Amino acid sequence: MTTATSNLDLHEDKTFLDSTELILNMGPQHPSTHGVLRVILKLDGEKVLGAECVIGYLHRGVEKIAENRTYTQFGPYVDRMDYVASVSNGLGYCETVEKLINVEAPPRAQHIRVILTELNRITSHQVWLGTHALDLGAMTPVFYCFRDREEILKIFEKYCGARLTTHAFRVGGCQWETYEGFEKEVLRLCDFFEPKIDEYEQLLTTNRIWIERTKGVGVISGPQCIAMGVTGPVLRGSGVKWDLRKAKPYSGYEKFDFEIATGENGDTYDRYIVRIREMRQSVRIIRQAVESLPAGPIMAKVPKVLKPLPGEVYHSIEAPKGELGYFIVSDGSLQPYRIRVRPPSFVNLQALDQMVRGRLIADVVAIIGTIDIVLGEVDR
Amino acid sequence: MVVDPSIAYEVLQILHNDESYDYCVDVTAVHYPKREKQEFDLIWILYSFAQNERIRVKTQITDGATVKSVVGLWPTANWLEREVYDMFGIKFEGHPDLRRILLPEDWKGFPLRKEHGIKQQDQAWVQANLGIQSGQ
Repeated sequence: MTTATSNLDLHEDKTFLDSTELILNMGPQHPSTHGVLRVILKLDGEKVLGAECVIGYLHRGVEKIAENRTYTQFGPYVDRMDYVASVSNGLGYCETVEKLINVEAPPRAQHIRVILTELNRITSHQVWLGTHALDLGAMTPVFYCFRDREEILKIFEKYCGARLTTHAFRVGGCQWETYEGFEKEVLRLCDFFEPKIDEYEQLLTTNRIWIERTKGVGVISGPQCIAMGVTGPVLRGSGVKWDLRKAKPYSGYEKFDFEIATGENGDTYDRYIVRIREMRQSVRIIRQAVESLPAGPIMAKVPKVLKPLPGEVYHSIEAPKGELGYFIVSDGSLQPYRIRVRPPSFVNLQALDQMVRGRLIADVVAIIGTIDIVLGEVDR
Repeated sequence: MVVDPSIAYEVLQILHNDESYDYCVDVTAVHYPKREKQEFDLIWILYSFAQNERIRVKTQITDGATVKSVVGLWPTANWLEREVYDMFGIKFEGHPDLRRILLPEDWKGFPLRKEHGIKQQDQAWVQANLGIQSGQ
């Protein structure tokens, strides 16, 4: 940083920046970047003129690893991309391979998948809400969210033994039958959790500080979202009523009755409202799925050794963060020839530059939070 | 839909302008080193909100050939094309800012090419920047 003084000719000296413009590095070790994201901000005083994201700090080469593993072996790796919504990742991967080998999971497995995926959507939104509110100075929501999230993680742990990287599903269905009392416990959780959403809302929805910090911040319109390829709650917050669960139903979502939550203004506040409503809709779906849980097998007939015919397939699901797609090319061998993951966080993050322009530095924190990125998925 | 690389851009343009494919889901590539010429498949996945239809456009290009960038049609292709360049070394003509995105800018090698081994890395870069023998 430099101040221009008249008796020193600083402008000639290239080691000093122009006094009106300042480059500021934010991250990669910054608590509000939710991981290792580095943002280079171009500032005019407090005002942001532009932002450039530097990513790749968490790059593990998942797509390369996939080419060296069998279809079954790659299953656990997908959990480690978006690690707060690992169930969704697993569902997307299993369904894509099922599409490739032309198998459909039995109805019971589909219901179990929907229940766990929706529970996972709630936990993902809880992590988002807690950390996002914490970034903006609200301390309580993070404790409330993590307290309630624990109850859902307990169900995951009881079902498959893992809390975060669950690897709950297999190609063709589910590995495990539900444990005794599963339905009752999930329904009890729904009863327990619904009033908790009201609790979160009491803390924030009409909170004056929250409204001041989020209303009109990071505005992006529907057409801009579509041009930038932004999906998920960010797209819906801008008023586009589009959800893959409705547009291209998978895993039996067409059987459940739920609404797509949308906002109007495309600002941070609307995206908050959309996610809160999505949690309520998830509870609604879970209730229906548990109540109509059919009996029957949980695994389709799938060969022990997966050797799909040559071909390629693209399939995508509505992950908590947006459209999560898998593109798999098979050459008829035991290992996938190529797996491409279309990560929602990576694509959504691209809109950051557009959203922060003209705002203040403090708003950058709010906007990174509102896009809801997980760096494990951005970098893969 | 498989198209010839010479008309790929026109096809994409028509899909964008006239057929309402307004959302570019993904841009990606597949490497086939055993094919003589046309070593790469380049794939665009497009979606139309109006028709609720998804379409895959594929073209086969030679190693070293440049492809016209679609950033002008779908701004989202910016990072997606950068990733394809980063991983495969396919150059996009008219891209506003074609740099590596996930790997360091001065990294050598394109990891998703088939001849690139899974444990292979840019030793010189690791040595110079991290001061260790191996990053693994």
